[in-house]
Amino acid sequence: MKSQSVAVKQKPPKKSAAERKQDRAALLRRVRQCWQLYVMLLVPVIITVIYKYIPMYGLQIAFRDYKASKGYLGSEWVGFEWFERFFTSPNFGRMIRNTVLLSLYSLLWSFPVPIVLSLAINQLRFHKFKRVVQTVLYAPHFISTMIICGMIRIFLSPSGGLINLLLGTQIDFLTQSGAFRTIYIASGIWQDAGWGTIIYLATLASVDTCLYEAAKVDGASMFQRILNIDIPALIPMMVLNLIMSAGGLMNVGFEKVWLLQTDLNKATSDVIAVYVYEQGIVNAKYSYSTAIGLFNTVINLILLVIVNKIASKASDVTLV
Amino acid sequence: MKKQQKLHGLSDRTSDIILVAFCFIILMIVLYPLYYVLIASVSNPYDVYAGKTFLFPSQFTLDGYKAVFADDSILLGLMNSFKYTIVGTVYSVVMIYLTAYPLSQHNMPGRKFLNIFFLITMYFGGGLIPTYLIVKDTGLIGNMWALFLPGGVAVGNMIILRNYIEHSMPQELLEAARIDGAAHFNIFFKMIIPLSRPIMAVMVVFSMVAYWNDWFTSLIYLSADQAPLPLVLRSILIQSSASAAQASTISGGYAELNKLTEMIKFSSIVVAAVPMLIVYPFVQKYFEQGFMSGAVKG
Repeated sequence: MKSQSVAVKQKPPKKSAAERKQDRAALLRRVRQCWQLYVMLLVPVIITVIYKYIPMYGLQIAFRDYKASKGYLGSEWVGFEWFERFFTSPNFGRMIRNTVLLSLYSLLWSFPVPIVLSLAINQLRFHKFKRVVQTVLYAPHFISTMIICGMIRIFLSPSGGLINLLLGTQIDFLTQSGAFRTIYIASGIWQDAGWGTIIYLATLASVDTCLYEAAKVDGASMFQRILNIDIPALIPMMVLNLIMSAGGLMNVGFEKVWLLQTDLNKATSDVIAVYVYEQGIVNAKYSYSTAIGLFNTVINLILLVIVNKIASKASDVTLV
Repeated sequence: MKKQQKLHGLSDRTSDIILVAFCFIILMIVLYPLYYVLIASVSNPYDVYAGKTFLFPSQFTLDGYKAVFADDSILLGLMNSFKYTIVGTVYSVVMIYLTAYPLSQHNMPGRKFLNIFFLITMYFGGGLIPTYLIVKDTGLIGNMWALFLPGGVAVGNMIILRNYIEHSMPQELLEAARIDGAAHFNIFFKMIIPLSRPIMAVMVVFSMVAYWNDWFTSLIYLSADQAPLPLVLRSILIQSSASAAQASTISGGYAELNKLTEMIKFSSIVVAAVPMLIVYPFVQKYFEQGFMSGAVKG
């Protein structure tokens, strides 16, 4: 890798016409040698162009009044009208607030949990127990959002739901907008904190065992070993994870919110993703829905770039 | 010795005990909700709602499961889910392999461009409606392939496999084969596929889980009789209504029907969750390896 980048940095000497011709011939030869590779790539590339790149081209309907009969280019150009309509819609402030707060609180509460768990699991010395803990902690990740939300609804049921039985109350939590974020975040941690430990455990597994041995000889306690060896080893991965999460700050998952939403908790559960779905699929307002989705994506990209810049200054970890 | 312990906090033995206790509590927190659903599914629902099944089932019965497997819509959903999971997994893994191997070949002209071409789709996309429109234009509404094709190539998994081929495979062996004049197709089928079996197992499980649990794509693109299991269960779990088929099997009136609806909630959760919970422990040991090779370089 290193020698390659050095080679690129050197200014190439000017080439004569004959040399350039030779280069082209060499390139052609390499292309011909690789024809089977291009054949393999053919189907993936075609599908990606059709189902990934054409929709990007289709984003222009956010600036048009899209009519299926007229096609993308034939539909009337309306500029930022749909965006203006969204910014002035009555629930705009509420949706932005709910989207940002839900993912921000989610990030703040969910981020430390896998780190603490992996630090603990990594120190477990009984290997069978360690494996059991890991297997069990991964389990909820493999359950569908639909099933998780079904379980949440059953557990929170005011008549005989587990939580109300344990508390001795009859509260209908899903009709209370004050409880929505707690429900969403707590169940999210329950489902994915264990899965989130994988990346940290893998990092900890690559820590040089000599460090532990040396620390033991010096009489360092387990707590001190965690503090001085494990946590520093995890910091690059923490930063990387933080960057990824920050880029998704406006990306509140549609599925869970939609399934847990009731008419009465909308004050906190009304988020952009659900609005995009309702306007686009349910009401068939294609251009309006696309504009909102695009707005959301652009904010996400800006966040990703900003956080990536900050992180690359703070440490040597960057994305891609 | 005592002095040293005081200086450096708790002894290893004490911290071991605290650690095991901590992990045990976490274990219980994760396990208990699942266990509760399991025992509730074989108990009398009235006892469940009266709080009599915290630890053990009450009035053991399998009626909930009988009702689930007697319900045509749930059975159809189950069949659909199996079909989509199998076809989707094959599609997804084939696409990952077809992309990852060429992109791991450093001497292929255009490699850099193609890498970026696929990587972009991970960070940027057309979003819900533009994707919906192209699916519609290509005539896939109401077609099973609408669940697979719009996903394109699972780029995250593809990178994991590409890095595995680049960094974890015996490069000397592949190099020797190439020098001997072996064609790429030969290397791909005779070496890459057999040698990458562990990572393939992980890819298969990831794809299976994704397709088994997906319902939103089906909600948008498919009709009601094509719905996979999670979507069928939506009416039972989220909207809390019994299907006509369930109602017709009951002779005891509203109270009986209500009881059965409540039982089906628990048993259907078990039926939907169990297949994936059985599968993943088999490839669990490869998770860490897979994630690490994916994280080496994006």
